[in-house]
Parts: sequence; structure tokens; C-alpha cells
Amino acid sequence: MSTDSAAVGDRILTYPEAIREATLQEMERDDGVIVMGIGVDDPKAIYGTTAGLQERFGKDRVFDTPLAEDSMTGMAIGAAQMGLRPIHVHIRMDFVLLAMNQLINVAAKNLYTFGGAAPVPIVIRSYIGRSWGQGPQHSQALHSMFMHVPGLKVVAPSNPYDAKGALIESIRDNNPVIFVEHRLLGGSTSHVPEESYALPFGKARIQQPGSDVTIVGISYMAVEAYRAGQYLKDVGVSAEVIDPISLSPLDMDTILESVAKTGRLLVVDNGWLTCGASAEILASVAETVETPVQLKRMGFAPVTTPTTPGLEEAFYPNAQSIAVMANQMVQGKSADWIPEEIGASEAAEFRGPF
Amino acid sequence: MLRIRRVEQKIIDVYWDDKVKSPVHLSIGQEAVASGVCETLEPKDVVFGTYRGHHVYLAKGGDMNAMVAELYGKVTGCARGKGGSMHLIDLEHGVSGTSAVVGTTIANALGAAFAAKLKKLGIVVVVFFGDGAIDEGVYHESLNFASIKQLPIVFICENNGFAVHSRTETRRNSDNICEHARVYGITADRIEGNDVLAIKKRVGEAVDAIRSGESGPQLLEIMTYRWMEHVGPGEDFNLGYRTPEEREPWVEDDQIAKLRAQITEEIVTGIDAEVETEVEAAFEFAENSPFPEPEELYQHVYG
Repeated sequence: MSTDSAAVGDRILTYPEAIREATLQEMERDDGVIVMGIGVDDPKAIYGTTAGLQERFGKDRVFDTPLAEDSMTGMAIGAAQMGLRPIHVHIRMDFVLLAMNQLINVAAKNLYTFGGAAPVPIVIRSYIGRSWGQGPQHSQALHSMFMHVPGLKVVAPSNPYDAKGALIESIRDNNPVIFVEHRLLGGSTSHVPEESYALPFGKARIQQPGSDVTIVGISYMAVEAYRAGQYLKDVGVSAEVIDPISLSPLDMDTILESVAKTGRLLVVDNGWLTCGASAEILASVAETVETPVQLKRMGFAPVTTPTTPGLEEAFYPNAQSIAVMANQMVQGKSADWIPEEIGASEAAEFRGPF
Repeated sequence: MLRIRRVEQKIIDVYWDDKVKSPVHLSIGQEAVASGVCETLEPKDVVFGTYRGHHVYLAKGGDMNAMVAELYGKVTGCARGKGGSMHLIDLEHGVSGTSAVVGTTIANALGAAFAAKLKKLGIVVVVFFGDGAIDEGVYHESLNFASIKQLPIVFICENNGFAVHSRTETRRNSDNICEHARVYGITADRIEGNDVLAIKKRVGEAVDAIRSGESGPQLLEIMTYRWMEHVGPGEDFNLGYRTPEEREPWVEDDQIAKLRAQITEEIVTGIDAEVETEVEAAFEFAENSPFPEPEELYQHVYG
């Protein structure tokens, strides 16, 4: 993967604007694309991502649903089997847990179970993320649980450019796609071309090239990892920062190539470590490389997500803690450098309610 | 009905030879439900069923060879041998799938009906489920949504009195399935007696009214009885949860025997011979078909 930046150009959009644009363009291209979910037509329009879509495409293609995640997911699957391409939106990933039977037992399996006869082209958009005391049932990042299941694809873009391209790819994909959006990315901006483009799954982005240590950042942690990479320049550590973008399929080739160069890998997940994306990436590297590699991972503390700010701060990795860890991997554990900046500036700027 | 009965009896015959490679939930005794319902449908109409779905698959016109081959785990099966008895599909004939998890296909049928309405396909969707599914939340969610959107769907509750071995009355506070559906604004009726002609008549009215747009979704609770054990080829009176005496009236009122009595001996003989030939051919087809190649393990994970 080249190091082409997502942000070359001057058409600047926010993450929600990019999501909305991708949806709108695909709905114009294919009248089988529908948008459904609790609140998609309400005044707040899922952080603005569905704003104006109902006015434009009508109530048959953009509609609020009852608070019935299980049946509505099953409904989307049945509609997909009849040729529609539903986008089912959840304002919290925690709510997707109410639909696990349909997602795991049906969406992920129908293609295989029916010998290829019944594809399930659905997109499940849902929000994860730290911000302002959201806590245990309003912020969980469960992408690793979905990565565990054959038949599902999982994508977690970290900037508006990738968000637009990955959503278009998700809608066109013939498989169920779990599309993960981090709330703190809502204010992020980047260049987003007006024309439609699909970002192929399974291609990581090298956000910053480097030679001393490879840092893989997942979802919002791609932002913090990039910042950490900037901080590390102050102490002469050259970090190669990688955003996998899609987690299933996962671009292990780009990660392995980088590790072959640096000999060190730090995976920073926006999630828990046990049986998680970080464990999967480290295990894949460990069983593939021929020369030993220094391996580390960071993620949520192994506890339920707290709401109070002090505990929340300790629960999440940030650019500062990532930089400290990467520096010690390169300079040794005795290295006591701590960057002045903490990172997580989005969290600091976030003000509720939302 | 006879085709369904004979296929399942043949399944019982071959079962102990270990030729059938997946659990079977036989519909013997309940054939009238699927036959009566599907008789009212057009080829383009779509049905969804449950793990007890042989009767639905065959009644809707699903390919018999492909079904038996599927039970045998053969690559010529309707799901290339990867689904087995509980996962039957034949899209060409409107069999949109059966599922092993109770209540699951109710929501999928809802989606098919939604798509049919949006795309103005003019089809009616029928979903079969047992009285056990009534306990699931997804059933209630689905009735509500079908009513809100006035979807072209018929909910068929095959009430055989049991969820596995648990009686309906132990799982509900009263005998009120239809009443409950009406609360959601859905027209609902019970059809007593496992009577195939009564089923055909009442379901036909529902299908016609829904197709013409005169009616929204309807629910029909069809009273029936499972003759065999919940899963497997045998009887299960030894378990003690029911008695042969309880089954007796249903067997005496066998819908196949009743219809046979109404037609001439000559026609009966002709039908028997025709069905026998078809069933034998299906099992021979399954016997002679190959198993999937090992590479098939990794196919159809993603499309």
C-alpha cells in the first residue's frame, strides 16, 4: 500500500458528511438501497448522516423502525434476499447485541448454509466510542466479536475519506458488512472527492512511513497512533503507523511487510484485548515471521467501561501512552520519555449532550 | 400430501442405514397444513419455513431429488449438501429457506414481503412457524411491523400443541394466539381439525384479499398434530409427555385417507404409482450423487 494521504485536496468534509454523501450517491445509483433504523428520519438524523435522505428518496426507502432490532435485522436480511440492499443504522453498537441471532445465525451463514443460493448484502452501521461518560452500555466496541464469525465483514474507517469509500464498498458488497463508526471521529475532517469511489476491503493504509517500530491503530486508535508517531519524532524514533481500515478481511501483508522492516509491532485496539483484534494480529505475525519480532498490544483496560472522567482517562489508551510504549520498545524499558501532549483531544473537546 | 407422506416414510425406512446425514424433523400428520396453504399460492409467491420443513418445501414445488440429496449430504442437494434437512431452499420454486432456530424466518419473511411491496412484485409471502415461535419476541415484533407497513404476508401458525415436548398451555396464560394477533391490527382466524380443504379455503381467501390489496397481513392458526417424535424417525410415547390415545383421533382423521376415500380406486392407484416412482427416483438420485469435494469446505463463505 502506498503512503498516499487521504487528505490531498481541498474539498473538506466531516466524517458524518462523508457518510451521508456515500449513502446519497449509492441511493441515487441503485434504487434497491434503503436506509432503516431507529431515528434515521428524526431531527438529529444519526449525527446528520441521514439528514434529508427521506425527503429526497421517500418514506419507503428511508424509514424509522420500531425499537425491534431483532426483527428489523431479520427483515433486512429477507429484503436483501429479494434484491434490496438495506443499510440498517444503530446509534449505538450496544444495541446491535439485540440482533445477534439474525446477524450470527442468519446473515453470516445463509450464503454457506444454502450452498451459495442466498447472498445477504446488508450493511450494519453502528456507533462505538468514548465520549462524555457514555459508559458501559453506550460505547462498547465489539468489532472483535464480529471478526470471529465467518461470513461477516468488518470495517472501521478512521477518517472521512476512508469512511465514504468504505461505505460505498460496503453497500456494493454482496456480504453482510459490520460498519463501525467511532463517535469521536464525528468532528474529524479530510479531503473527500465529490465523485463516487469505493475503497477495496483488505487494504491497509500506511499513515506514516517509518523504520523503527510498526504501530497498528484500529478505528479511532488510528488517530491516536498517528499522533503518537508524530510525538516519537521528538526522540528520534521512526514509527510506521498503519490503519488496517477493514478488519475482516484483514490486510496482514502490509503489516507483515512493515514488521519485516522494523522488527517491532505494537497493536493499539479500540477495544478489549482478550480474544480481540490485537490478539489476532499479533498471533498471525508470530506464527508467520521467521525471525523473532518484539510484540506488544494496547487497548481497553480489562474492566467494564466507566463513566467518570478520571477512570475513563485510565481506561483508554491515548497518543501519550502509545508513544511511551513504542519508545520503550525501541529504546528499552528504562526510557523515561513522556511526550508533553496527551492526545485524545477529541475527547477533551467533546461536550454533551449530543 | 401423499408425496410428503411417502418421502418421509422412505426417510424412516432408510434412516437406520445411516444414509441420511442430518437430523430430521418429520412432518407426518401435518402435511395438510403445507398442502392446503401452498395449493392457494402462485409459483412466484414465496414461502419460508422451519426445521420441520419437508412438507412446506415439497408442497410449494421444491425439487424432490434435491431435497433427498440434501438430506444425504450430497452435492446435488438443494444447498449442495451444506444445509441438511433443516436448511432447505429452492428459490426457483419460491422456497426461500428454512431455519433451525425457532422464530428466525418470521423476520426474514417480513423482509421478503417488504421488498415485494417496495418493488411492486405482486407476490404474497407466507411464513410457516410452530406454536413455539409464538413465545419468541421476534414473532411479536414481526406482527407489529407487518401491520404498520401493511405487508403482503400470511403468518401460518402450525399449532401442533408442542414446542419440542412442552405443551402450549404451559407456555401461555390462555388460548389466545389469534386474539393476540388482532391486537396488532392483524386479521386472524383459527382453522380447526387439520382439515386440508378448510385450510385451502380460508387461506385462499386470505391470499386473494392480500394480493388484491383488500387486506393487510393475516394470521391463520392451523390446528394440527405431529405423529412422530420431535426429531428422528421414531415414535416417542415412551417419553411419557403424551399418549397414543391423544394421537389416535388425529390418525383416524388422516387427511390423506379421507381424500382417498373421495376418489375412485382407479385414480388412487394411478396417483400411488406416480408418487412411488417419483419417490424411488429421488432416493436413487441421492444414492447415486457424489458428496461435495473437500475444496467445497471453503466455498460460499463470502459471495
